[in-house]
Amino acid sequence: MDTEVHSGDQPPTGWGERIWSLVLLAFPLGVTLWLLSMIGPVREHAPIVFGISWIPSLGVELNFLIDGLSLLFGLLISGVGFFVALYAKFYLRGHPLIQRFFFYLLLFMLGMLGLVLAGNLITLFVFWEITTIASYLLIGFNHEKASARRSALQALLITAMGGLALLAGLLLLGMIVGSYNFTEVLVAKQQVQAHPLYLPIVILVLIGAFTKSAQLPFHFWLPNAMAAPTPVSAYLHSATMVKAGIYLLARMCPVLGGSDVWLLTLNIVGALTAVIAAILAMRQTDLKLALAYTTVVALGILVMFLGSEASVAIAAAITFILVHSFYKAALFMVVGIIDHQTGTRELTSLGGLGKRMPITFGIAAAAGFSMAGFPPFLGFIGKELKYEGALAIAEEPTFVAWAAVFANALMVAIAATVALRPFWGRLPEKLQSVREAPPGLWISPLVMALLGLTFGLAPSLVATTLVGPAVTATMGQEETVVLKLWHGINLPLVMSITTFALGVLAFYLQPNIRALLNRIANWLPRNSDTQWDRGLNAFKWAAGVHTRHIQHGILKQYLAAVFAVTSVLLLWGLMRSGGFDMDVDWERLTVKEWAAMALVFAGSLVAIGCRAPLTAICSLGGMGVGIALIFLFFGAPDVAITQLLVETLFLVLVAMTLHRLPHSTEVSGRRVRFVDALLAVSVGTTVCLTLLAVLQQPLISPTKEYFELASVPEAFGRNIVNVILVDFRALDTFGEVVVVLVAAVGAAALLRRKLKPRVPIAAAKEERA
Amino acid sequence: MISLILQGATRLLVALILLFSVYMLMRGHNLPGGGFIAGLIASAAFVLYALAWSLREAREALRVSPVKLAAIGALISLASAVPGMLKGFPPFTGLWLFIGGGAGDKGIPISTVLLFDVGIYLAVLGAVLALFFTIEED
Repeated sequence: MDTEVHSGDQPPTGWGERIWSLVLLAFPLGVTLWLLSMIGPVREHAPIVFGISWIPSLGVELNFLIDGLSLLFGLLISGVGFFVALYAKFYLRGHPLIQRFFFYLLLFMLGMLGLVLAGNLITLFVFWEITTIASYLLIGFNHEKASARRSALQALLITAMGGLALLAGLLLLGMIVGSYNFTEVLVAKQQVQAHPLYLPIVILVLIGAFTKSAQLPFHFWLPNAMAAPTPVSAYLHSATMVKAGIYLLARMCPVLGGSDVWLLTLNIVGALTAVIAAILAMRQTDLKLALAYTTVVALGILVMFLGSEASVAIAAAITFILVHSFYKAALFMVVGIIDHQTGTRELTSLGGLGKRMPITFGIAAAAGFSMAGFPPFLGFIGKELKYEGALAIAEEPTFVAWAAVFANALMVAIAATVALRPFWGRLPEKLQSVREAPPGLWISPLVMALLGLTFGLAPSLVATTLVGPAVTATMGQEETVVLKLWHGINLPLVMSITTFALGVLAFYLQPNIRALLNRIANWLPRNSDTQWDRGLNAFKWAAGVHTRHIQHGILKQYLAAVFAVTSVLLLWGLMRSGGFDMDVDWERLTVKEWAAMALVFAGSLVAIGCRAPLTAICSLGGMGVGIALIFLFFGAPDVAITQLLVETLFLVLVAMTLHRLPHSTEVSGRRVRFVDALLAVSVGTTVCLTLLAVLQQPLISPTKEYFELASVPEAFGRNIVNVILVDFRALDTFGEVVVVLVAAVGAAALLRRKLKPRVPIAAAKEERA
Repeated sequence: MISLILQGATRLLVALILLFSVYMLMRGHNLPGGGFIAGLIASAAFVLYALAWSLREAREALRVSPVKLAAIGALISLASAVPGMLKGFPPFTGLWLFIGGGAGDKGIPISTVLLFDVGIYLAVLGAVLALFFTIEED
């Protein structure tokens, strides 16, 4: 049982903590107020776009767009964010790393706000990735725990993988439309859907959305992400992060939606996710985990409903987003309070807390009723709408209605389990001294629960201000939404009653169901989580094999690879360009040139043939002198001098080094030497042939003529090589000087033999103390 | 291995080689030579000195650490970019000053280009010696 910081002797809060918590509270509050003031303007003339030019050469702007959809999400993120921040301030008070925590949370909030307010595909993606990174940091906040680190990495890898797919999809989409701005992308439905790349785009975007919103088969990271402190779970897994995928789907509806592949994929994946996650949720005894699985259920339902063209289904999804954010945030915070006050979240060791914690009980009950969809809570309206929507979709695939009823019935059971069971029954001996939580902890969930009740009693408050514009933005056409508690006696009401009956039944049978599910789970050989481990291990194994064979660190083999590739590529190039039929004029060579060539050949032959390393080095030097002579004969004295000097210094250096090495006569075996020789001959031959082929072509070099003409009048120098180096191309030369400098410093550091003996860290610490 | 002949010859040769390197540096703009070649020649002088006497004495003769020398050289090269920029030209534009020029005689040319080459000279000298000294170090 992992628990976080607990009350008791709390150290005084420091200045840094106070400033951070002030910023963390002021930021979402300010954003909330600003967005509230936008409700009117958005309803009248949506969307509102503003921003700055970012990378004009690529047509990318840093711009933001506010319409009904982004307004709804933005308000949820900032509003719920404010109350979660308030809760976190009390929940983690005195935690040694609280400032870091606040920073991560703020970063996450910024990322989410940017994501939902983004006005183009690129901005959306950048903020999408920020939320991925911030969530990694938050999930792994208790970094001393291996399980937290594992969960964080898992979440990062899965969502970042989806992010890459999303990036590809968004780039393709922008390419087809010719613009990344939503104002243009969202109205290009016909153009996009007629394009052959439409299917790849849908697949890529859906991978992005499904990984982020924990749809099957990527659902397992979300329950694992419960390793994060409870305020994070309340925020990430209720109102925000996991809703990013939902937001993306809703945002893309006007342009990508409506096709069969889109509708059917969303319906099937959503329904499967909702049903399977609901079953998995029934197994959990950890309150937080049970809630986490119901989040997956909710996400599945949302995805299922977004796969529809009926406005009532979309309205159901949008309303459910609102409902779910309120009750899920409240319930997570309640579980956090229970954990905080009792030290456990295990269902089996809790009970009878109602008398000790009446306020928390009240909040839990209100949120639980909303979750179960009881009137007069907003959850009831949401559920009625859901059934209407399900029936609207279900004309074709009837499984949507069945999935909705099944998932909702289990949600009722789990709502009762989480919200009621810890407060009912007998108080265990160990929990006799439990007290009610301080107001700082219960104020936030109280507000969340009250919002669910208020909007349930007066649904018109949100119907025209938030839900209506959001549905309009999702559908891409004007829609009006009417929310009301009483719809009359109709099929949805019958379905509701069925749901309650099933839910209550499931609640009473829960221990039996759990035992049955556990038996099935034990019987199954593996689950997604262990599959993930296997996949990750296979990946590490492949990386290891790759590293051992390609990044082995054996210099000789690197060189061999480079030479082999060079000669093969050169040969290929020669064959393609027909460079073999060349005509070399041997007659033109004079005696001194023949002599220099003889020196080169003699030097290399001796180097190959002799056994003593020193002789080999000296003969290589002789070969270098021959090359320098050739440079000299063909009018490049500067190059010749440089070659000679470098050759000399190199000889001295290598001779001194060899002198120190242990003497050995045979370095490598016959076969190795044969392969090396083959490689050397092939590189030499192909390079030589290439040079000859190049010389067959007339040399056209306008820069050469320019330098010849301009050298004296403009740079007052007759040595063109030097003038180019120090004047015309001085910046290049300076770059080279820096390279030489860096190389010298690096080599000096690497070759230093007299390393200072390392002092163990512990000893060094003692010394300092 | 101590060779009296080599040591004796080195005393003379090193001075000559160093002088020659400066000569190569100065003439580089019009004839074969220049900062890079001159730097290599100068480092050959110190290598010879180290072989004949000892590494320690070569280090002492150089007075500054070779890496520092190389860094100073690079900075001098960089500094030659500044005068041109101050006058509103692109960086590294060569500026010339002819001292004591008259009819038919240009005088002694002094330029930022020469400063640049001096920087390269020092940078190459420092870099080669840094490498050599570390390899030779016991």
